[in-house]
Amino acid sequence: MTNKQPAIAVRGLTKSFGKLDVLKGIDLDLMPGEVLGLIGPSGSGKSTLIRCLNMMETPTGGKILFRGRAVSTRFRGTGDTIGMGELRRNVGMVFQHFNLFPHLSVLDNITEGPRVVLRQPRAEAEAVAMDLLAQVGLADKARAYPAHLSGGQKQRVAIARSLAMKPEVLLLDEVTSALDPELVGEVLAVIRRLADEGMTMVLVTHEMGFAADVASRVIFMEQGRIAEEGSPEDILRNPKSERLRGFLSRFHA
Amino acid sequence: MYNWDFYTVLQSFDLFLHGIWTTFLYTLGSVVLGVIIGLAACFARLSRFATLRIVARSYQELFRCTPLLVQILWAYYALPMLLGVSISNTTAGLLTLSLYVGSFYAEIFRGGINAIDKGQREAAAAIGMSGAQAMRRIILPQAVKKMLPAFINQSVIQVKNTSLLYAISVAELTYMTSVVNSETYRPLEAYSLAAVMYFVMLFPLTQVADHFERRMRRSD
Repeated sequence: MTNKQPAIAVRGLTKSFGKLDVLKGIDLDLMPGEVLGLIGPSGSGKSTLIRCLNMMETPTGGKILFRGRAVSTRFRGTGDTIGMGELRRNVGMVFQHFNLFPHLSVLDNITEGPRVVLRQPRAEAEAVAMDLLAQVGLADKARAYPAHLSGGQKQRVAIARSLAMKPEVLLLDEVTSALDPELVGEVLAVIRRLADEGMTMVLVTHEMGFAADVASRVIFMEQGRIAEEGSPEDILRNPKSERLRGFLSRFHA
Repeated sequence: MYNWDFYTVLQSFDLFLHGIWTTFLYTLGSVVLGVIIGLAACFARLSRFATLRIVARSYQELFRCTPLLVQILWAYYALPMLLGVSISNTTAGLLTLSLYVGSFYAEIFRGGINAIDKGQREAAAAIGMSGAQAMRRIILPQAVKKMLPAFINQSVIQVKNTSLLYAISVAELTYMTSVVNSETYRPLEAYSLAAVMYFVMLFPLTQVADHFERRMRRSD
């Protein structure tokens, strides 16, 4: 596979909720291996944008392309389009509130996708899951249920659940926002390692320090548009616009 | 002072037994059919097709907002006039009871499904599950737990509702009690005994419902 083709391309993307225009024309190329940080004030559309990338929100206008193929709004693709099902098998998502399946053990949470969606045999799926649990430091929690985990542990399981599908792209939507401050570090460490391993990621975050550290590119969104983009250095250390300076000043106390 | 005489009434115990058995059969039949109807109506209500939603909603409101006794009498006496074919009291009774309880089950099922956080559906979708897979593997297993107490309670009511089939001479427990009464002229003993029999059948069920409700609260 050539590195010239974006993993995900966004063209003229718009999204409205009723009369509210949340995204007003987004163009974006996410290259393989890239870690893209999305920052901006609340209501700027960054969460809606990341949720459009795996069709968790249906775009109002414009196109999402995965490996050059347009994404359909149906579960199964037709001819030259790729269905939402196939897209989501390849583009994982981790949520702010974890959304683990409470009726399944940690191990079953992770093997559910591979077994049901990819039809892997149980033994194979469990071997992969145990390996992933070891990587996120939770091998001893395989038989536990989500209710018995801390927030940080839940989020690490949620990341492992996404990774079990062997996605090409991982979408992380404010994954540390619901965590107690002392638990943020353990989750960020896992993401840090994924970035080092070359995982293609998009992360919506309020952790400016982390974005600066882990992202290869940062996009500042405002009022449904990309207001500024560049390297973490450019965006976070040398903001051009007054608005971005104002936004960042609230994070540097 | 009234002179209680259960002996005379108990002479007809086989009539009571027949009544209990018939009550059981109508309950079982209408619960099974009601679950099927209720599931169909529930998924129709959750469907993205407006026509299905409207049809299911109309059915539910029709059966929830008219008395069961009127429905039974209508199905037995009026419906045959419309259709021009006779309908047995068994068919009319079973059909009406099933449609009636189905309309309530549909609401219980729908409530259970809607009570599941939408993040669950999103998480299932995010690992590539189809809507049907998410429903079967993720939503329903959680929703069933939430539905169980209300489902059992509705089924307890259903056992009692079979007594309305008395009006169309179905030989269930209440009807058979009236038979015993007319043979023995002992209404106090006969109907007291019938009440005790209903109670003995239903009390354990309400305890089971309470048990599930307590367990559900604990796991929340």
